[in-house]
This record gives sequence, structure tokens and C-alpha cells, in this order.
Amino acid sequence: MFAYYLELGLRSLRRNPILTALMVIGIATGIAASMTTLTVMYLLGNDPIPWKSGKLHYVQLDNWDANNPWRDDGKPPDQVTYQDAQALMAAGKADKQAAMFKISLPVQPENKDLKPFQSLGRATYADFFGMFEPPFKYGGAWNHDQDKQHAHVVVLGKDLNEKLFGGQDSTGKTIRMSGTDYTIIGVVGDWKLRTRYYDLTNGAFSDPDEFFFPYTTAIDLKQRSSGNNSCFKSPEPGWDAYLQSDCVWQQMWVELDSPARLAEYKSFLDNYVNEQKKLGRFPRPLNNQLLNVTEWMKDQKVVSRDVQVQTGLGFAFLIVCLVNTIGLLLAKFTRKSGEIGLRRALGASKRDVFTQFLIESGVVGLSGGVLGLILTGLGLVAVRALYEEYKTVAQLDWSMIGVTIVLAVVSALLAGLYPTWRACSVQPAAQLKV
Amino acid sequence: MEIRPIISALMRSKVSMILIGLQVALTLAIVCNALFIIVERAHLMNRPSGMNESETFTFGSSGFAQGYDAHTQMQADLALLRGLPGVVDATTSNSTPLANGGWDTGILLQPKQKTPSADSALYFVDSHGINTFDTHLIAGRNFKPEEIATMDQGSRVQPPVIIVTKALADKLFPDGNAVGKSVYMDEDPPTSTIVGVIDHLQEPWVTNKDIENVTLIPGYMPYGNYSRYLVRTEPGRRDEVMKDAEQKLGVSNTGRIIGKMRSLETLRHEAYANDRAMMIILLAVIFCLLTITALGIVGMASFWVAQRTKQIGTRRALGASRGAILRYFLTENFLITTGGLIVGGVLAYGLSLWLLTNTDGARLLPWYYVPMGFVCLWILGQIAVLGPATRAARVPPAVATRSV
Repeated sequence: MFAYYLELGLRSLRRNPILTALMVIGIATGIAASMTTLTVMYLLGNDPIPWKSGKLHYVQLDNWDANNPWRDDGKPPDQVTYQDAQALMAAGKADKQAAMFKISLPVQPENKDLKPFQSLGRATYADFFGMFEPPFKYGGAWNHDQDKQHAHVVVLGKDLNEKLFGGQDSTGKTIRMSGTDYTIIGVVGDWKLRTRYYDLTNGAFSDPDEFFFPYTTAIDLKQRSSGNNSCFKSPEPGWDAYLQSDCVWQQMWVELDSPARLAEYKSFLDNYVNEQKKLGRFPRPLNNQLLNVTEWMKDQKVVSRDVQVQTGLGFAFLIVCLVNTIGLLLAKFTRKSGEIGLRRALGASKRDVFTQFLIESGVVGLSGGVLGLILTGLGLVAVRALYEEYKTVAQLDWSMIGVTIVLAVVSALLAGLYPTWRACSVQPAAQLKV
Repeated sequence: MEIRPIISALMRSKVSMILIGLQVALTLAIVCNALFIIVERAHLMNRPSGMNESETFTFGSSGFAQGYDAHTQMQADLALLRGLPGVVDATTSNSTPLANGGWDTGILLQPKQKTPSADSALYFVDSHGINTFDTHLIAGRNFKPEEIATMDQGSRVQPPVIIVTKALADKLFPDGNAVGKSVYMDEDPPTSTIVGVIDHLQEPWVTNKDIENVTLIPGYMPYGNYSRYLVRTEPGRRDEVMKDAEQKLGVSNTGRIIGKMRSLETLRHEAYANDRAMMIILLAVIFCLLTITALGIVGMASFWVAQRTKQIGTRRALGASRGAILRYFLTENFLITTGGLIVGGVLAYGLSLWLLTNTDGARLLPWYYVPMGFVCLWILGQIAVLGPATRAARVPPAVATRSV
């Protein structure tokens, strides 16, 4: 019977091509609007490291001015000072820990065809690689001893290795940056980070880091971070004074493998701050924050309010499209009262009529879904063109394709339900009278 | 007008009426709010930066060679830039309006004051700063060449003289006469004396609230080996000068990297990229919504006309004119739309309240958007129903005599 009803449905849809097109296009644009915006929102807020996002925690300490909070809402600064990062690294109380900062260095290629260029990278500790798990294409990370020895080693990002060595295995070779040679010990492969969640302060959607090298080595360069730096009072002149100042410019991450370890680390931080208070620092009340990856992304509003508003409006638009489809289906089915009456009089049960018309709605929904999927693809192309920074998140995603099709059919069936119910409650006798 | 029979006819197809009304209601609510957001963004984007954007460009230079001296190089670069054909003026500046990155600080009126009297962005420039930005002194004087200090990234910022924007001057000294007054750029003395006031200049951050709080500091201040320049050219010669400058600076010292040259127009384009994207997306939503709603009205009205062909024929046979039939359908649409619009007005404010949550500085939908939306949707509804209604008016009276 299904094949027969399907054929009836298709024939009925062909009889009124304009009305059918109107319904299909209506559902398709509604689906496309809601799914384009939902995909962007979903991928933006998506957990970048689901297998351990609950273990990685971002350390925030409130070392700010006694009279003026970091922000009006009383949240602690979004970065930490050099001295606090050093103290926490030295204490080593977490299972893994890595302080880091963004740095820009001139690269002087050996290949004379390439002009020297500025490269953006990250100074961090060996644990960074164990914590954030970038995939290595060649070689590997440096170790804790090299951290202590201020080793001149570097891990290249995929792009920089591509640019300097044509993507070949460059481990063991050297790279000259700002007049110093560094030995390449590893090359990161395709690290698909939608958001650079480990440094949200300096742009969640910035290009991937081009190189990584030991923090201890970077500090020897006496070069400030190329990322955000905030001070509530001017440091005394000179590099050492800057390091001892209360300026915040580093990110501090810790890995804590169990809730018990998290609680321990929290009390460790509280003790640390209380000790510092005795030394005259940390004039504000105790206000440490230890957020995990997803909490930190939420705190930093990685999913912007604009994206939420767009998604809200996308779904409101889908509702309008569905209301539109209900109206049109109702109109269409009501015109068929005579036909329905005839079928009922000839012995078709209500159930048969119901199935027949629901299949017709389903066909509209499925076509709307398929067209909607194509339009969603186009919509995401448009989003990529409009938002340069969302190029990694405005991508069709398999789970989202599934959601799109299901959403389309469910919406069309929902839209078809009332008109179908009305159609099958037609009284045959009323229709057969002339 | 024959409203009562229309209403009693409508009551017989309540569901269809509610569906069209609901569609109109949602459309009104969304269109009003989307339009309001668009207008707000356009307003943000239209704020002038206070500088000559079309004829100005900026770039950075970072030295890496052994023995590279950023200060000597800066003087050489400025001399080279100012001597290029087509250049009106050039200055060093750590940042510019629309750059979305820079230095800001709290300004105090008393030493050790607990809460700053104002926050201000700082631009470290020399005596060519005002002319290169193409902003205008409205009081006081420019920096003298001998006042420009040689500074480093770690220097304390305690310049003897500063120039501020009018917005900042008014905030610090509401009684006027800021020129000659002293402020603390640092929590400790010495103070800095305001020697000049310029009319307009924006901070680097377009999202900041007090966007015109800017202080010019007389200083040559490279960040380590990195320095930033701003160049204003003669009208129409920007791109040509950009290429020339890039080439000449590149060969003048091969121990450094000349960064990408970017016009202020490019910076503006990037600074407002998200707002522009939001506007375009919302415009697309408005367009699609109005189209879908109009098509929905056409579809539903066509169906009603088809369903009532016999009744229309009967009315015509009983003497109703074509105009009367046309008016019937137009009035019917007007009634349904009005019902939807009243609900939509309430929905519009509900949506506006939702939009207000979690959004800094957002305002409630101004009242006039709703009546404006009413008029637009009334017109849209009437236009949409015109086709089916005209078809209805053409139904011949003879239809009444035919059996179905």
C-alpha cells in the first residue's frame, strides 16, 4: 500500500506544481536558515577535547587593584602574572601543568629565496603537549629536563614546516629566529582546532600557532608577549621589574585527573594566595577561579550573542515556514474533500486516508529537507564569506546533516498532521450529496 | 462596509485564519527587532574615526639583525617616509583607531587616586601626529619637536605635556578650559599638562563605550625592536605610495621585516566585519520572511477564492458589483492581518526583552518600530491578496446557476 500511496501523493503534488513548489521551498528555506545558524552555534560551542575537557582547568587568580576590580562583574583577571605562573610551575601540584604566552619572532630562513618573516608562536612547557594532545607528524615534544635547561629546541606547526621545508621531515634541522638557532625536535600534523581554546584572551579564532618552544628559553629573550598585557599600575622600568610586576600576560593551565585532585588544587591555590597576601600582594578578597575547558569557553563567550540571536531568529523563521506549510496543506487537503469522501464511501478506513495524506506530507518534507540541505551548504558558504574568523566552524558536519534531514521530515509531518487529521475526519455522506 | 458577514464567514474557517494571523504576528515581531538591530549596527559603523581614512595607511617594522637599533631606525624611517613623493605627513604611532589593539590607561586628577577619573587610549606620536591623523586642534597647541621623548616599552609614562580629545577633556574637566590643567598619567608625580585639545579621534577598540577618550603622548616608543608607522598621502595616491614605501624601506635596511601595509579603510572593514555580517544575515532573514508570508497569504487567499467561487457567483447574480467582491477580499485580509499584528506587537516586545538579556548596552525596541511594521505588513497583505481578489472579482454571475 505504501508504494500506492506514494504514487498517489506524487501525482497529487504534480497536479498543483506551484503550490507544491511553494511548500517545498518554504520548508527548505526554513530548514536552511535554522540549520545554518545552528551548525555555526553548535560547532563554535563544541567541546574541543571531549575526552578530557573536564580535567583541564584554567587558573585565574585575583591579584588586581584593591579599589578597582578587574571587571565590573567582579571576575578575576583572565591571565596571570609571570611570578604567579612561575610559583605554580615550581610547586608542580597538578598532574600536569603548563604556563604559556604568545610571542612573535622574526624567522630568518636559510633558503635565500624566502625573505625573513614574522611568525606567531607560543612559549610553553613540556606538559603542554601531554595536556592538549596536538598530533605529531614528525618527532615529538621536548621534556621536563629541557624545560629546566632552557633548551634551544622548537616544535614547528604544520604551516611553518610547510613554508620552510615543503612539509618534509625537518626534525634535527635548525631554524634561525631573532638571531638564534633552534633545533627542530618535532612537527605538529593536522591539528584541527575549531577554536584555539587554550588562549581565548588572544583570539579564539586566530590562526594556529606556528611554533612552540620552551617558556624558559623564551623568557631569556627578554621580549614581551605579543598578546594581551594588562597592568593596574605601571611597572618600574626594566625587564626584571616587569617580571616582578603585577601585570598579567600569561595563561596557566593545569590537568587534574580526579575531582579529589581538583579540590586539593583549589585549596592549594587558596593557600598560595593567602601566603602572598602576607607579603603584601593580592589586596582583594580571595577570588580564585578554576574553570574547565567548556566552562572557560562559556565564560569567555566563544559563542557570541550575535550567533545566539541568529540561531533564535533562524528557528523563529522555521516556525513561520511551518505555519505557512500547515496553511497550504490544509487548503490543499480541504479541496480534496470530495475525493476523500468518495474513497471513504468505497470502503477506505480513516486509517487508510490518514496514511495516504501523511505520506504526501512526508514527501513534501523530504524534498524540503533535501533542498534545505543544499541551501544549508550554500548558507554556510555565505557565513564563511561573511565571517572570516568562522571559516573553521561554518562547515557541514555529518551529525548536523542527519539533524537537518530529521528536522525536515519531522517538521513536515508535524505540519501535515493537523491537515491530515482534518482530511480523514471528512464525513463521506456530506461530500457525496450534490 | 460589510464587516459582519466577513467575520461570520471567517469564523467558519478559524484555523486558516489563525494560521495566517500567526504568520503575520511572528513576521512583525521578527522584522521589527531585526530591523532595529540593523539600524543600531549601522549607527555604530557610521561613527567617524576622527581621521582621514581614505588617504592613510599603517604598517609595522620589526628588526632582527644583530645590533639593530630601533630608535635610530625609527628616525631614518620617518625621514624616508616624509621625503617620499605623494606623502603629506608621517608619524610613528603605537596604534590607530580601528586597529583593535593598543594601550589604554586610567587618568587621575589626584596622586594615588583610588578610582581613575577617566580611561583613555594612548597614542605615542611625535609633532607630526596631529597632521598625519588629520585631526584638528580646537584649543592649545601641538607638540614641539623638542618635547618628543625617547621611550622604551618598559618606561613609565609620565610625559610633561599631552594632548587630549575634546571628549576626554570634557570628561576630566566638565567646566571646560582643559588646556593648562595637569593630570596624572601614572599614580605618582610628575604630572602631565594638557597643552592641546583635538576635536575627534577614536580609540583602537570599536567595542569600547567611551570610544573618543584618547590621549596623545609625545614619544618615540618602539616595542622592543618593533615600531609602527602611520602615513597620510595626497588624495588618490595612497596605493601608489604604499608600494613605493614598502620597496624603499625594504632595501633601506635588510635586517628587519616590513609588515603588511594596510589602509585605514581595510582596518575599518575588518573592525566592523562582524557587525556587517550580522546586518547582512538579518536583512536576508527579513527578506525571506516577508516573501514567505506574502506567498502564504497568496496561497491561502487563492484557496478561499476557489472554495467560494459559487458563493461569489451567487453574490454577483444578486447584484454585487465587481468592486464589492474585490473589497470583500481586501477587507477580509485587512481584518486577519490586523488581528495578527496586534498579537505581533506584543510578541515583538517579548522578543526584544529576550534580546536584551546578556547583551551589554542593548536597548528596548523603540515604540515607533511597531506602528511602522503595522503599515508595512498591511501594505504587504493588501498587495499579496490583490491577485486572488481580482480573480474573485472576475467570477461571472452565471457560476451561481451551475451545479458543482
